[in-house]
Amino acid sequence: MTQTFNLGRAIRLTLLSLGALIFLAPYIFMISTAGKAQSEIFTSSLSLIPTQFFYLENFAKAFGRVSMGQLLWNGVVVCGLIFVFQVVIAIPCAYAMAKLKFGAARLLMALVMLGLLVPIHATSLPLYVAFDSAALLNSYTALVAPFSISVFAIFLFLQFFRAMPDDLIHAARLDGMSELGIVMRVIVPNAWPAITAFAIFSVVAHWNDLYWPLIVVSNQAYATPPLGLLFFRAAEAGDDYGALMAATLIITLPLVAAFLLAQKRFVEGITMTGLKG
Amino acid sequence: MSALSITNVTKSFGDNHILKGISLEAEAGEFIALVGPSGCGKSTLLRIVAGLEGADSGEIVAGGRDLTRLVAAERNVAMVFQSYALYPHLTAGQNIAVPLAMRNLTSLQRLPMIGSMLPGQKAIRKDILRQVTDMARSLKIDHLLDRKPGQMSGGQRQRVALARAMVRQPGLFLMDEPLSNLDANLRVHARGEIVDLHRRAGVPTLYVTHDQAEALSMADRVAVMMSGSLLQLAAPEVIYDDPAHIEVAKFVGQPRINTIASRVDADGAVTLGTWRLQPHERLVPGTDITVAIRSEFLSIADMGTPGLPAHIERLEFLGSEVIVYTKLDAIGESMVVKLAPSDARGLVAGKPVTIVPQGERLMVFGADGARLRADLTFTTLLERAHG
Repeated sequence: MTQTFNLGRAIRLTLLSLGALIFLAPYIFMISTAGKAQSEIFTSSLSLIPTQFFYLENFAKAFGRVSMGQLLWNGVVVCGLIFVFQVVIAIPCAYAMAKLKFGAARLLMALVMLGLLVPIHATSLPLYVAFDSAALLNSYTALVAPFSISVFAIFLFLQFFRAMPDDLIHAARLDGMSELGIVMRVIVPNAWPAITAFAIFSVVAHWNDLYWPLIVVSNQAYATPPLGLLFFRAAEAGDDYGALMAATLIITLPLVAAFLLAQKRFVEGITMTGLKG
Repeated sequence: MSALSITNVTKSFGDNHILKGISLEAEAGEFIALVGPSGCGKSTLLRIVAGLEGADSGEIVAGGRDLTRLVAAERNVAMVFQSYALYPHLTAGQNIAVPLAMRNLTSLQRLPMIGSMLPGQKAIRKDILRQVTDMARSLKIDHLLDRKPGQMSGGQRQRVALARAMVRQPGLFLMDEPLSNLDANLRVHARGEIVDLHRRAGVPTLYVTHDQAEALSMADRVAVMMSGSLLQLAAPEVIYDDPAHIEVAKFVGQPRINTIASRVDADGAVTLGTWRLQPHERLVPGTDITVAIRSEFLSIADMGTPGLPAHIERLEFLGSEVIVYTKLDAIGESMVVKLAPSDARGLVAGKPVTIVPQGERLMVFGADGARLRADLTFTTLLERAHG
């Protein structure tokens, strides 16, 4: 009994480790390359540990040729604004749909489901044309506005709020709270697990997003980290992969750090929503 | 003028009529229990009075104010929920303070940072804190004020919920099965506490429960509801001894009241087993009736005594009393008899006996379930049926 259990456990662990290794390999290789000199990268031999540590030089190049600070700042501003707008809009909306009775509730629910089905790629052309005619290309507005209403957020909060007891809201009403008061004082303080889970999804998605910034931003000053990298590769680095990898390392670092810090919540978030990233 | 009057309140969800015209009046300081099986509409009625749900028609007036069109917050009504509905993110003290803060502080003063800088706010907060502490002390929960609901037991949470409801001295007090989540021992203890609190506060109270014993033991008057109608509103003794409807008689009392379906004979008498019962008031011959009698008004005599022949099926010894389950020989109906242990000596399962009812305790209900007043004088006249 114990033996088969141990065998099964061993197989499971081996498979998991193998999977983890496959997924981690590119990242490990990136870390390795970021520390190699130009000449070593192009040698025929392949070693994971650089023969000479070129980290300092490569990081210096990355920082020197690209305004890394600007890129990271843009990333923070864009992701932060998107997240704040999404939450501010989605929470009252989800509350109303979950707990208030009104005529159009079913219609709204249908619209939310419909919204979940439409990818950004389908609407990107009309959005681009609209931003262009509004002369808003190359701005934070163009980067943030299309994502400020997240049907995914509405859907996620809706599921979470539905599970909140009605009596809690009834009690709040009897205690004299307005509907907005209920959202601020009862719903939000009890919705932190859902909000954190959503924050992780939202920030990861928009930090890594290349598609939309590539469409609306051509000015380096508004480039988000992935777009900045693209510019860097095209214009400056050329075939200087060491510097490129160093830059990539820098822009992925905030997310990696955030993940390691909030690992438990991240897993909670995924199990809670029943969705995978 | 009554403290609370509910007039002809109706409510339906589609074709489902939850409340079919409920009218009810409560005097100042009165404790009324709304009791009935689940789904009878008692909780819905309570929610309508609270303003959490709208009625389709009808009127609710409390303390001379027409509440019908007011929202919950404006009704000055407090409610204790079955789940207690305490705010999980606030401590007990903060929970109790919420209704006071909502009423006494302006929305500007309640703001987290700016509020604390506004003039006058400090004095109000101090006053709130004093009231919360007083309330907590009177409910003996002052040592719990810093705990969150998750760290408290069911009984403690229930007290915090009571404190939160009572602290702002509402015009009307509503309770929705507040004891049903407590264990049996605590429940009996909490009954007394709630009655005591109610007496001190003197606020008219509507108390919803599905437990008839709770209703009878706590309330000044009991309102029995069945499938959306108010069948009877009366003092507990009246509900028990003089039910107006067969469903009331069946719902109230443990063990359940004994009922026997019967029909009025051509001469206006009623045949029950080998007995013919002569009502003093004339019943219409040929109508279907139900004869009912509570188990404590039956006694067991030896076989051969005038009465209803029956067999004992089983006995339940409950300490101060013995419940005897029997089956009538003539019609196969079950009869439950409650006896003092001394009277149950020598009774065993399977034994043939005679059940002797106290004639003046027999009640008669018509085919529609309504009480037929003929039974008041139902008869002291018992005579042996021929054969």
